[in-house]
Amino acid sequence: MEAKTKDLWVLIETREDGSPAKVGLELLNPGRILADKQGGRLVAVVIGQNVQKSVEEAAKYGADQVLVVEGSEYQQYTTDAYQLAMVYLVEKYAPTTVMIGATNIGRDLAPRVTAKVGTGLTADCTSVDIDEESGNIAWTRPAFGGNLMATILCPDHRPQFGTVRPGVFKKPEAGESHADIIKEEFHVANDQIRTRIIDVIREAAGEIVDLEGAEIIVSGGRGVGGPEGFETVIKPLADVLGGVVGASRAAVDSGWIAHSHQVGQTGKTVAPKLYIACGISGAIQHLAGMSGSKVIVAINKDPDANIFRVADYGIVGDLFKVLPALTEEIRKKKGE
Amino acid sequence: MNILVCVKQVPDTTEIKIDPVKHTLVRAGVPSILNPFDGFALEAAARLKDKDPGTKIVVVTMGPPQATAVLKEALSIAADKAYLVSGRTFGGSDTLATSYILSQAVRKMEETEGKFDAIFCGKQAIDGDTAQVGPELAEHLGLPQVTYGLTCEKNADGSGLEVVQEGDGYNQVIGIQFPCLVTFTKPSFDPRFPTIKRKLAANRANIPVLGDDAFPDIDTSRIGLKGSPTHVKTTFTPEQKTGGVIIQEESEEESAKKLVALLGEKKVV
Repeated sequence: MEAKTKDLWVLIETREDGSPAKVGLELLNPGRILADKQGGRLVAVVIGQNVQKSVEEAAKYGADQVLVVEGSEYQQYTTDAYQLAMVYLVEKYAPTTVMIGATNIGRDLAPRVTAKVGTGLTADCTSVDIDEESGNIAWTRPAFGGNLMATILCPDHRPQFGTVRPGVFKKPEAGESHADIIKEEFHVANDQIRTRIIDVIREAAGEIVDLEGAEIIVSGGRGVGGPEGFETVIKPLADVLGGVVGASRAAVDSGWIAHSHQVGQTGKTVAPKLYIACGISGAIQHLAGMSGSKVIVAINKDPDANIFRVADYGIVGDLFKVLPALTEEIRKKKGE
Repeated sequence: MNILVCVKQVPDTTEIKIDPVKHTLVRAGVPSILNPFDGFALEAAARLKDKDPGTKIVVVTMGPPQATAVLKEALSIAADKAYLVSGRTFGGSDTLATSYILSQAVRKMEETEGKFDAIFCGKQAIDGDTAQVGPELAEHLGLPQVTYGLTCEKNADGSGLEVVQEGDGYNQVIGIQFPCLVTFTKPSFDPRFPTIKRKLAANRANIPVLGDDAFPDIDTSRIGLKGSPTHVKTTFTPEQKTGGVIIQEESEEESAKKLVALLGEKKVV
């Protein structure tokens, strides 16, 4: 299809309670820069139920326009309802660029929309810019397990779509809202939604393991020695930092901790502000999942461990002594 | 049940090295393997077959003739029949063009194999890491989908599947009716190994090839490099971090103190 406008869209993923997922707000940051360069508006797209908070936040973080599709059928994400709504909006307004967070939901939805519209999609980008030569968006993404970066263009199809990893961009500065709010009445009948959520399985005591949204992750590997180690040294440090517990494949495969905590190629790809790798040797599969972290700390007995190659700070030592000391130090610092 | 599993031959990305001088990918000598996520999809199909031995598992791959190796591997693990989609005009396809060609292949295979109740794919291939071909294939075929599946079972009346899906921070059980497409991520168990008997049979298997002329109705403007909306402009190797600070004080307590001080300076904590 042809673009009718020079607008750039950011999909604000909403949670069940209507609040925005962080990545959507993060994308308003590069979205603003690219929309200005493209000479179009920055449009936030909000689909969900009771989404007032998401609409307000999108406006506060700089959207020129917020397109809202609201209905009870959107309270929980389903591929079909969201795809139909997105395709409806895209075909009606024909923006030039659409950015979506590369969450499980974003990566479920985006290819379904682009295949329907018949346009190009670049997944899991870690940087977005304008290609000076052609004026297209230059989508840059890792491939081959993070060993290679590729810059991808979508020259002849519109809109050009990309999913962008959570945590790569910071939320923009909040400001005065100046957004036009446009409500779109678009509803999806029950029988058009071909999947049904039968059950939601949360971890013990309703704990949610949100590795991709975490600002701080404390991960344990083989060196943690067993499930007790995660309880006695990893979790206390994560707790005092307000972070989330991660794990290497070795720890997960040993059955010490659930796969939902796994960081790496067969687990989650994360980019927190601070990643603390404890007793993790640093296999390339693990590095592929965390090397985008802003600051990496490695704690390992083996001074030759591969993890030290990517670490900003390394402590060579026994993690069962280092971690409690670290937890105590941080507790003291926070108490100050 | 009639299940199609889509597989891909990929370079073992854990064996890939970066040329330290030219900063390019060294692919020579890197073994080609069955994409691990496709192995999980095949295992999910095999588990359904364990419970319902009348199930037929067909595997398909699109790739060069040497990709037959992963089809043989799939046959030696659990598949009953394999197809290779391979044609000169298919080369250079991005995910949208690839999924379109695969959708044509599905229609073609169904003429011989009967309608597929379910199509299983890995959530993504470890070379491209896009996670797009599965959902795009589902769209071309008009099928409902579940992505990020961990395990699945047939539902009570046998009309569909109940899939445990890995969500963003929690898991969900999703009900979906046949025909459908499910992509799989890593479950908490290891996939089964090939058996010697199946390996021998796989080596003798007749693997039909669906080539350039296999799909008379294909829209040639939607395949290959020309039919691909996305183009790779450049590739480069990411910057490697160098020269991190190693902290090794007299005691672990001292090291911890120093680290907190350094992180404090950086305003990380």
